[in-house]
Amino acid sequence: MNSAAHSSADSGARPRGFLRKYIFSTDHKVVGLQYLFLALFAVTVGIVLSLLMRIHLAWPSLRLPFVHGGVMLPEQYLAFVTMHGTIMIFFVLTTAPQNAFGNYFLPIQIGAPEMAFPRLNSISFWLTCIAFSCLLAAFFVPAGAPISGWTAYTPLSGLGDVTGSGEGAGQTMWIVSILIFCIASMLSAVNFISTTIDMRAPGMTLMRMPLTVWAWFVTAILSLLAFCVLLAAGVLLLLDRNFGTSFFLPAGLVVNDQLQSHSGGSPLLWQHLFWFFGHPEVYIAILPGMGVVSHVLANFSRKPVFGYKAMALAICAIGFLGFLVWGHHMFVSGMSPYSSLTFSVLTMSIGVPSAVKTFNWIGTIWGGKIQFKPPMLFAIGFVSLFVTGGLSGIFLAQPALDNMLHATYYVVAHFHIVMGVASVFGLFAATYYWFPKMFGRMMNERLAKAHFWLTFVGTYCIFMPMHFIGIVGEPRRYAEFSALDYAAALVPLHRFITIAAFVTAAAQFLFFWNFFSSMQNGEKAAINPWNATTLEWITASPPPHDNFDGHYPSVYRGPYEYSVPGSTQDFIPQNLEENDTERRPSNAK
Amino acid sequence: MPNNLFGRDAEALPSVGAPNAIAPALSADPPQRTYVTGMTVALGGMLMFFMALVSAYIVRKGFPNSDWRSLNVPRILWLNTATLLASSVTLEFSRRRRARVDEEGFRHWWEVTAILGLFFIAGQAIAWKQLAAAGVYLATNPSSSFFYVFTGAHALHLLGGICGLMTIMLRDTRRLARATAVEVVAMYWHFMDGLWVFLFLLLLLGR
Repeated sequence: MNSAAHSSADSGARPRGFLRKYIFSTDHKVVGLQYLFLALFAVTVGIVLSLLMRIHLAWPSLRLPFVHGGVMLPEQYLAFVTMHGTIMIFFVLTTAPQNAFGNYFLPIQIGAPEMAFPRLNSISFWLTCIAFSCLLAAFFVPAGAPISGWTAYTPLSGLGDVTGSGEGAGQTMWIVSILIFCIASMLSAVNFISTTIDMRAPGMTLMRMPLTVWAWFVTAILSLLAFCVLLAAGVLLLLDRNFGTSFFLPAGLVVNDQLQSHSGGSPLLWQHLFWFFGHPEVYIAILPGMGVVSHVLANFSRKPVFGYKAMALAICAIGFLGFLVWGHHMFVSGMSPYSSLTFSVLTMSIGVPSAVKTFNWIGTIWGGKIQFKPPMLFAIGFVSLFVTGGLSGIFLAQPALDNMLHATYYVVAHFHIVMGVASVFGLFAATYYWFPKMFGRMMNERLAKAHFWLTFVGTYCIFMPMHFIGIVGEPRRYAEFSALDYAAALVPLHRFITIAAFVTAAAQFLFFWNFFSSMQNGEKAAINPWNATTLEWITASPPPHDNFDGHYPSVYRGPYEYSVPGSTQDFIPQNLEENDTERRPSNAK
Repeated sequence: MPNNLFGRDAEALPSVGAPNAIAPALSADPPQRTYVTGMTVALGGMLMFFMALVSAYIVRKGFPNSDWRSLNVPRILWLNTATLLASSVTLEFSRRRRARVDEEGFRHWWEVTAILGLFFIAGQAIAWKQLAAAGVYLATNPSSSFFYVFTGAHALHLLGGICGLMTIMLRDTRRLARATAVEVVAMYWHFMDGLWVFLFLLLLLGR
């Protein structure tokens, strides 16, 4: 992977042997790539599941691969919904933006040789891997995968196989998987926070950190606080299911004509604990994307980030407010209207820091010398999707409207655009931007642009019509609509969405092909191909084992000094001294 | 200018034990204070975990027409609490001996701390046995469920602390990192002690 010549003065001894180097490596860059490849595998599984569901919604009687018996049954559909959601949210949107790119680039961007706790880092990854295997194994236990959704609402998730297929061993595997994932995420968060606090290069003050670092730092704090709560909730749920307690299970439940022996618990308690985790989780998925987008927009507009301080504070504000709004997921749970109002107002107040970010992104590219390179295209795509998804969020933040829309496709459209596709666009921007640094080669620009346009148009074709399907009143999570008269008119729209989904999924082959073939055959990348300012661009591509080959940088300026008046070049790296006229940013191979 | 202090001066490193145990980090080794930071952050996470359980306890207990029956905590818990508090005191004895470069005294009190920790765990096991003998199990009543969850989760965490104490006993004593390890394990131990006092009071007064 790393072909850079290594100086003998290198302090961090480079591990030898395949196992130490690539499998049980403690090098943050290798761990980052491990997370990235895990996420790529997970996202493939997640996409296949979603395509199977899409075919079933458009042509219900079609025989499908990977489906037991050929034609999808409603419980199989629900199992696919559950696994698609769980895989995408935990193993793609949590692992890739934070753990893959954060692991790889946070230490380099702050001028450190490693994460604070390299071994803990490796342990986090392998725990995540175990959690993922445990989750996938749920497909193969008797009665298959769970059907209670990624939110595992009780009492459905708490009673065992009496509530339906998949609710036996499958649901238990799901909970165990999530518990392991929580521990892995918590350990990883400790690492990120400690690294950011203590490992910064001299001169790298908080207000000189790239916005990516800000985003990863705040995301780690959210992970730490949120996943510990999910861990506690998961333990209680496991006890309810397997050891007869009644934390979340009410008395007098009759399921399939059987009276359940539980007493006095509350399903709402689960919802509160779950969403106290679940809402910050949304920001865990998207904040790193916001960081990357700010970074990329400045780079390819050749302008400083507009309102850097406001951007950093907005990340903190979004993180903080994210912990106060979990109730908006529960407007239809029968909560007091006064609580609803409070949650509603708090939710809409997140619009303020979000708008700060959006306007500052526009301010950043306004009047810039914009270069439409692939990372830039995806960053602009991110802003578009974030605005679109954010606006439908303001509708849903109002309890009166949410009561109508909550159980419909409108919500599916909203969260897929804003936390799903927008975050994935952040990931694509990050991949196209940092690929030269990670692998020392460039990706094919033409393929990347084709990938962008197909994905951008494709995702809008998938998710925009879903808003209308939702407004008409078609419920989400239903496997079939044959019993609903008014839904017959919507079948053509569903077919359109399914075709769009296939086109978009096919476009991802362009990405995969580009990714893997460029690793081998891409044009060799310079140290700093994008003429960027931050510290990852002053070291070799890919960086040596200790990141800077023993020459650790000091930092003398902010992260986005582009087009500084009076400067000979339009970018000034962070490690360039104030009065340094001798050293000029080099762009050597 | 040395490049490897990562924005911190040597004086800012944790001032634990013998000052000569803290040298500026060598080359690429992370500075020692990261361990203190890491433990502080991790304790924040653990606090969140237990507070989530506590909030569930308060909510579950407060339901109208609740099936909640108050649980009389076994009296041995008083003794266990005293044991754990004593272990924090002996841990401080131990750290003071270390500060005076009294290796013997340090080891002695450190061992006493670990043993008191084991006594605490044994005492908790006796409490569970007593409850089981009285027919109070995990699923008997929400109050007993929470009792077992709190005490079980705390005992697991404390076992981790005992492992930490023992690791330091068994490690090479001249390792540079030891001063930090002592500091970090002590932080963890005191936190678990304080957490137990809180949980005990909750079980006692909030039943």
